[in-house]
Amino acid sequence: MPSPRTLLDKIWDNHLICSPAGENPLIYIDRHLVHEVTSAQAFEGLRLAGRRVRRPEATFATPDHNVPTTDRRLPIADPISKQQIDTLRNNCKEFDIRLFDLDDADQGIVHVIGPELGITQPGMTIVCGDSHTATHGALGALAFGIGTSEVEHVLATQALRQSKPKALEVRVQGSLPNGVTAKDLVLYIIGQLTTEGGSGYVIEYTGECIRSLGMEQRMTVCNMSIEAGARAGMIAPDAVTFDYLRGRDFVPCDFEKAVQEWQKLPSDEGASFDRVEVFESADIVPQVTWGTNPAQVVGVDAAVPNVGALSDPSERSSGEKALEYMGLSSGTQITDIPLERVFIGSCTNSRIEDLRAAAAVVRGYHVSRDVHAMVVPGSGRVKRQAEHEGLDKLFVAAGFEWREAGCSMCLAMNPDTLSAGQRCASTSNRNFEGRQGKGGRTHLVSPAMAAAAAVEGHFVDIRKWQYQ
Amino acid sequence: MDRANVDTDQIIPKQFLKRIERTGFGQFLFNDWRFREDGTPDPQFELNQPESKGATILLARRNFGCGSSREHAPWSLADYGFRCVIAPTFADIFYSNCFSNGILPIRLSEEDVDQLFERAKAAKSSNLGKYELSIDLNECTLSDGQGFQRTFEVESFRKRCLLEGLDNISLSLQHTDEISAWEKLHGLSPIVSE
Repeated sequence: MPSPRTLLDKIWDNHLICSPAGENPLIYIDRHLVHEVTSAQAFEGLRLAGRRVRRPEATFATPDHNVPTTDRRLPIADPISKQQIDTLRNNCKEFDIRLFDLDDADQGIVHVIGPELGITQPGMTIVCGDSHTATHGALGALAFGIGTSEVEHVLATQALRQSKPKALEVRVQGSLPNGVTAKDLVLYIIGQLTTEGGSGYVIEYTGECIRSLGMEQRMTVCNMSIEAGARAGMIAPDAVTFDYLRGRDFVPCDFEKAVQEWQKLPSDEGASFDRVEVFESADIVPQVTWGTNPAQVVGVDAAVPNVGALSDPSERSSGEKALEYMGLSSGTQITDIPLERVFIGSCTNSRIEDLRAAAAVVRGYHVSRDVHAMVVPGSGRVKRQAEHEGLDKLFVAAGFEWREAGCSMCLAMNPDTLSAGQRCASTSNRNFEGRQGKGGRTHLVSPAMAAAAAVEGHFVDIRKWQYQ
Repeated sequence: MDRANVDTDQIIPKQFLKRIERTGFGQFLFNDWRFREDGTPDPQFELNQPESKGATILLARRNFGCGSSREHAPWSLADYGFRCVIAPTFADIFYSNCFSNGILPIRLSEEDVDQLFERAKAAKSSNLGKYELSIDLNECTLSDGQGFQRTFEVESFRKRCLLEGLDNISLSLQHTDEISAWEKLHGLSPIVSE
C-alpha cells in the first residue's frame, strides 16, 4: 500500500524529471505564461546564447502590466511602455509563441486569461514571471512566480530547478457569513499568518468553506497566497473545477477522460502536511487593510489598531511607519476613513463575479462627489460578458469609469495612478508604499466593499447595505 | 536598513521596470526612499549616510524582498554594488532571484542580526565609521574580526553555482535526454531537432 500523498506530492512526483547528485531537482513545466515586464531580458538572454524556446506551444503571452486601459485605438503615449509591448510582440514572433496581443479579443491580465481560456488545468505545473501566478492553483495546479533568469531557463529547457517546498494545509471550516467574500477570507488568513507565515510553503486550502466557493472566488484566495509569503496556493480540483473548465478553448479534446485523471489528484485520506492551520469562517467579517502590507488588516467594524501596544519591536516599528505613511491614527474607526479614489480590478478581483458583486451594490446609487472611481475588467472576455449583462451601463450611470482590460492601478505602471496623499479603496492585492503611485495610500477590500465605499465616500460595512 | 518587510516595490519602484535591459538599475535602487521630491538624496535615508558609501553588504530585518517576483530587485542591488544581503528571513522568490544574480542572501537569527545592527551603530559613532564584515562562502562563515563570528547555511548546489559562476541553463541542458524522456513518457510529441 503506497503511503498517502498530498495534492502537492502528486503533482511534484509526476513532474520530477531527475534529481542529479549534488544538484537541485529538475521539474517539468507544463505551461509558461509570459508578459511584457519580466520577459524581455529572458528572450535577449536566449538570443545571446543562441538558444531557442524548447516548447513554444506550452508558452502563452499577453501584454497586461503597463497597457493603457483607455481607448485601444489610440497610440500608447508612454514611449517606454510602448517599447516594452513592442518587444514582447517581436519576441513572440521570433520565437513562435502564441500572443494575445492588445487588439486580440482575448487579451487580458495573464492570471485572468489562463483559467478563462482553459490553458490552466488541474495537475499542471505552471509558472510565470509574476508572483500572483499562485492564482492558477485554484484549479488544482502547482503554479508559482519566478524571476526573469528562471523565465529564460524555462523557455530554454521547459524545466525548472526547484527544491520541493513544504506543504501547509490551511483548513477553513464552516461557511462564509453573509456579506463576507473570498477576498475577506484571504485577507483574514494573511492577517493571521502574517506576510511571511507561508514562506517556504505551498498552501493547500481545504475545508468546507473552501469547497463551497465558486471557481472565481477560489482564484481570489489562491491569488493572494504570496502575500502570506507562500509561493503557491492550491485547491484540490472537484466538480466545481471541472464544470468551470468544460468547453473552454484549450482544454483536452477528450475532456471526460481528463476529468477521470484529475479526479485522482486530491490529497489522499491521511496524507500528512508539514504544518496545519485551522480557521473558522464564522469569525470573519469584511476586511479592510489599514497599513502598508496586506497583513495589516482589520474588520470593517473595528478601529485602526494601537500599534504602540504591539509587543514585537519590528512589528511595532513597521506599524508606526505604516500609520505615518497612511496618514492615519490609532483608534480611528475604519468606517470614518474618507476616500478619494476607488479601483475595482486586478488579477485578484476583476472577473465577472467580482464585477457582478460590485454592480449589485451600486445599482440605484451614485458615486460620491468626492470620489473618482474606475472599473477595469480583467480581460476582453470579462468586459464583453459584463457589457452583455449591462453592467457597464450600470457602472457608468453610477459615475464609474469603464475601462479596457489590464493590470492598471494595481501596480500603476500605466497612466492609471494615485497622486501623492490620495487615498484609495482597491480590490487589488498589495498596499505597499507607493504601489499605486508615489505617496498614494491603498486600502485593500472586496469588490462589494469598494463599490459601497465609492458610493458613500468612506468605508461602510457591506453587511448593512441596502441593495436596490 | 533597520526595517522589516522591505518589499520589492521599495527596492525598485515600478516606474523603473519598463527598461528592457538587465543593467543600469542601481541608480533607481530604493528610489522613493532615497531621493526627495526635488530629486536630491534624502540625507536621512540609510544608504545616503557617509558610512554607507561603497557598502557591499546590506543588513536588514525580517522578510526582506517580499512582494513581486521582479528580478529587477536583485539587478538593482547588484548594480548598486551589493554582493550580500543579511536578514533573519527572506521572501522565497527574492531569495532565489539573488542567486541568479551573484548576490549571496544570508539568513542569521534575529539575535545575531540585532547584534550586527548594534555593532554597526557602535562603529558609526566611533572614529572607525564603517563596520566591516568578511564573508567566506566556501566555509560559510562570517566574521567582523572583533569577536563576532557565525556560520550560515546555503544549499550546496546554490553555493557551487555562486562559487563556480555556473550557468544554470547550460547545466540543465546537460539533462536534455532526461527532459525528452519525461516528455515521451507523458505523451508529448518529440522536439523536432533532437
